[in-house]
Amino acid sequence: MSKNYYLGVFDNEHDVVGATRITRESGYDIHDVYTPYAVHGLPEAMGVKSSRLTWVCLMFALLGFSVALSAQFWIAGVDWPVNVGGKPFNSLPAYLPVMFECIILFGGLGVLFTLFVRTKLFPGKKELTIHPDVTDHRFVLAVEQRDVAFDTAAITMLWEQYHVLEIKQLSEA
Amino acid sequence: MSSLMSVLRKPIVEGDKSLSDVSTDVITPLERKPTKLWWIAFLCSATVLIIGVIAVVYQFKMGIGTWGLNKTIGWGFDITNFVFWIGIGHAGTLISAILFLLRQKWRTAINRSAEAMTLFAVMCAGVFPLIHMGRPWLFFFITPYPNFRGPLWINFRSPLVWDFFAISTYFTISLVFWYLGLIPDMATLRDKAKSKIKKWIYGIMSFGWNGSTRTWNRYETVYMLLAALATPLVLSVHSIVSMDFATSVIPGWHTTIFPPYFVAGAIFSGFAMVLTLMIIARKVMNYTEYITVDHIEKMCKVIIVTSGIVGIAYATEMFMAWYSVNEYERFTFINRAMGPYAWAYWTMVTCNVFVSQLFWFKKLRRTVWFVFVISIFINIGMWFERFVIIVTSLHRDFLPSSWAMYSPTIIEIATLAGTFGLFFTAFLLFARFVPFIAISEVKSVLSYGKHTQEWPKSQQIAEQKRKAVAEEVGN
Repeated sequence: MSKNYYLGVFDNEHDVVGATRITRESGYDIHDVYTPYAVHGLPEAMGVKSSRLTWVCLMFALLGFSVALSAQFWIAGVDWPVNVGGKPFNSLPAYLPVMFECIILFGGLGVLFTLFVRTKLFPGKKELTIHPDVTDHRFVLAVEQRDVAFDTAAITMLWEQYHVLEIKQLSEA
Repeated sequence: MSSLMSVLRKPIVEGDKSLSDVSTDVITPLERKPTKLWWIAFLCSATVLIIGVIAVVYQFKMGIGTWGLNKTIGWGFDITNFVFWIGIGHAGTLISAILFLLRQKWRTAINRSAEAMTLFAVMCAGVFPLIHMGRPWLFFFITPYPNFRGPLWINFRSPLVWDFFAISTYFTISLVFWYLGLIPDMATLRDKAKSKIKKWIYGIMSFGWNGSTRTWNRYETVYMLLAALATPLVLSVHSIVSMDFATSVIPGWHTTIFPPYFVAGAIFSGFAMVLTLMIIARKVMNYTEYITVDHIEKMCKVIIVTSGIVGIAYATEMFMAWYSVNEYERFTFINRAMGPYAWAYWTMVTCNVFVSQLFWFKKLRRTVWFVFVISIFINIGMWFERFVIIVTSLHRDFLPSSWAMYSPTIIEIATLAGTFGLFFTAFLLFARFVPFIAISEVKSVLSYGKHTQEWPKSQQIAEQKRKAVAEEVGN
């Protein structure tokens, strides 16, 4: 099924944040907003909730912690205990540095790969660029056109209050 | 940022840039042919790198008997250089991660290049322990993996094993943090590229980035998380490096002050190196409007603070040697300041504690050539700090009959020079092929497009209310 999008191209972040908020408040479905940089306040205006990736990071960090802890105990205490200066085999304080590094390594790499999977970013991906200048200096607000009752005149009027530069329609197969 | 504040607070980027100006300014140097100056610099550093490679190959073949070490002084140039380079790297992470968490927006112009500097410095540092292993082709013995030697595992109680974990984690996290920041800029390059090949390469490297706010939202979360992870990481790396010394029982090494002292010293030396590089790069690459005198001044302030910490650490070491009433400890420190290596000790103190105090004067902090000269002094001083700690603590041990002196051989000097060659070659290539300034981050701190045009009245009032609430919450 093909989807239709109604695009508004804006010049600056101030305008696009205002337009996004009013569009959402007027009951349109905002598909996405494309911006050259992370605009402060735009996710809130779009109604996008804060990401749960923080919890993913915590889970991976805990995984790193348990892997490092159990591996060190098993290696140095169970599998092949080596007497180093008569110190106990299961000496927890000596295991702390490696545990610490593993928490960070697992947490960091884990959350990064989750990000790539979740946002479908990968090397060589072919992406439909919605507007050629969106990675340079333009801000594009995309609204999904769900049905024939979509009022293009009303939305144009709404966006003109926010100095829209250009309005386009786009169909995606 | 209200219009009132912009009067009080100077803009971070000078020259009233628009969004596309930023893209153009950063991309233009990548598109035009390299300048003559670049070629000269590149050929010089590549030559030095080749000399270093020859020296390293020779050491691989002959072993570390080619060094000036002896029975008394088992660690010399090699570990000095290792600690020096690791320290250089720390400033990059401080700028990219800690200043990010502290919402220091001025970092945006320098974080990309400072992080690149971190990566190259850690690469240079890694060369030294690798050679020091004696049989570098068996370097993988340091990783815990099931093997047919028992399995004979590594000793997790050894600080050298901690070091391996710390540095490899540090390199990995720094690399992915740097690359994550690069993805949106690669998309800008892709969309701006004129030739097909460039479009294709940047297309692959940009991971299909399209600027979606849903992606930006998650991206910002992960960027913040990586910054939050890199902050304790960078503190842990030099702490663990210092434990290579502090967990031993050698007078002069066996002190609890080492971890914070090493971390402060690392940031101090790293900022000096960032200044050395930035002062050259901003002129050569014409980025004076992005890397402004204000940036240089702010980095000088960081140097004053860390120089103070380092100075206090030197004094504390001396005081503790006296206060401990431990005759070996006392001897080591008196020997450091007045023995045969006193010249090295006083070079260190002069460069690190006294010279940097000149930055208390605002006029001097804002005089670019002067800052450059001081940064060179600090680089030298901090190299000597590691040399002093390592060599003076070892060269006169408990048995006077085994006292000895250490001087590096030509091979060791060539290896050190070679790492400088590697560092500068890598940095010059970076400046040619990768956006030197984080385009998308600089755009977010421009004053452009923040409150320029009127909104409808009702929305304007609602927005003001939201802002007021946000400010009260502390946002």
